[in-house]
Amino acid sequence: MRADRDGGTEHQLSWPEPRLRVNPIACDAHGVCIELLPELISADPWGYPIIRPGPVPLHLQPLARRAVAACPTLALMLTSPPG
Amino acid sequence: MLIAEIERSGLTGRGGGAFPAGRKIRAVAEASTRPRSIRAAGASAAKGSAAKGSAAKGSVIVANGTESEPASRKDYVLLSHAPHLALDGIAMCASAVGASRAYLCVGHDATAIAQSLSGAVADRARAGLDTVPVQVITTAGGYLAGQENALISALNGNAPLPTFVPPRPAERGAHRRPTLVLNVETLAHIALIARFGSDWFRTTGTPGAPGSALVTVTGAVERPGVREIPLGTPLGEVLQRSGLSQPVQAVLTGGYFGTWLPMPAGLAVPVSHEGMRAAGAALGPGVLAVLPESACGLAETARIASFLAAESAGQCGPCRNGLPALAEAWNWIAFGRPGPDIVGWVQQLTGLVTGRGACHLPDGTAGLIKSALSVFAADVRAHLTTGPCTRAGGPAILPVPARGTR
Repeated sequence: MRADRDGGTEHQLSWPEPRLRVNPIACDAHGVCIELLPELISADPWGYPIIRPGPVPLHLQPLARRAVAACPTLALMLTSPPG
Repeated sequence: MLIAEIERSGLTGRGGGAFPAGRKIRAVAEASTRPRSIRAAGASAAKGSAAKGSAAKGSVIVANGTESEPASRKDYVLLSHAPHLALDGIAMCASAVGASRAYLCVGHDATAIAQSLSGAVADRARAGLDTVPVQVITTAGGYLAGQENALISALNGNAPLPTFVPPRPAERGAHRRPTLVLNVETLAHIALIARFGSDWFRTTGTPGAPGSALVTVTGAVERPGVREIPLGTPLGEVLQRSGLSQPVQAVLTGGYFGTWLPMPAGLAVPVSHEGMRAAGAALGPGVLAVLPESACGLAETARIASFLAAESAGQCGPCRNGLPALAEAWNWIAFGRPGPDIVGWVQQLTGLVTGRGACHLPDGTAGLIKSALSVFAADVRAHLTTGPCTRAGGPAILPVPARGTR
């Protein structure tokens, strides 16, 4: 992660772009992630998070990491796509 | 090598997913010769012989004969009439992937079958036919208990419910070992390919969908039941063989998780995964449920949607909340006097549940509803303007297990 931030564009190209993912079994709809990252996460009618598809833009990655850390059930994850 | 022969045969999984069987077997074979993880490899390098110890534990074979799809009977028929084909397949795969144990799982209501299978396993043990011990397991009831990850969870002593993947079973499944889960029909085909070769297997079916398959024909036919067909046989021909004596409006393909195919346009559709997919339907585990003109497609769909909603394990919020809401909205369309916005709400709900569960129950239910919306579009309009049709009050054509029996 540090290489990503300090290394400039060269590293951004080779680094797999992280994506947000929810473990639906672990998620209890506390809604913390929806509060912290409304740019990428919205609530469904029952309060469960809907994640905007696609990679997390670079400028939102610090917020995404914060949302992941704040999830009370550890259901939110930041992952790199397979391959 | 057996794996290469199965890959050449083009056999795909017969449990519903239609994943290439050879590739699945190869993944487990490769995973079982690999150190478990970098950490495990590092630890065992320090301890010397520990790596050999963990590799010697071998992988696990799970033969899935649970057949929790209510309309399907093919695995039951196979295990009743040709149990040794499935058991041969288990033995072949066990040696191909270096398995040290195998489980043959059947549904909770198949106790008689489980008994006769245990007898067959004992006979084989006495004859020295199987190199790995096979244990016959009766699983818990419920639509989801037969799902791959739910089976593995049960074998690991946990609740028989779907889990959140990864890890994939091929990497770490039952007993935390690489696990090969195959449908019992797939295993039977493997036994036959091992005996007669991939060229023989390809003599029936089509180049793109080789081999034969077991299908369950149910609903408005004279002779419902399980039959073996060459893949790619036109749907009309399959239905004719089961006895079509009344006008048919649609066929539910792929089981209750499946898709409605409108008739008579669908009669020419080849019964294969690719053929069905091209027609916007799915073969799934080979269920073909025939809906006569005399029945109401909305009412049949409503009963199935209610069943699926009740089968939600309740583990994932969008499924636990969304499926009952979807079933309720659909029941309003089928049997009630809903407002004009109901179709929009149904469409919104199908979008809200899709892709948001640990297993495919929400996706499957949404797919069924979406296909019903399009295939029975005229009926939906009629119900919305004049109320439920007279056919909606008729007897159910497609079997839905009563609650509490599963």
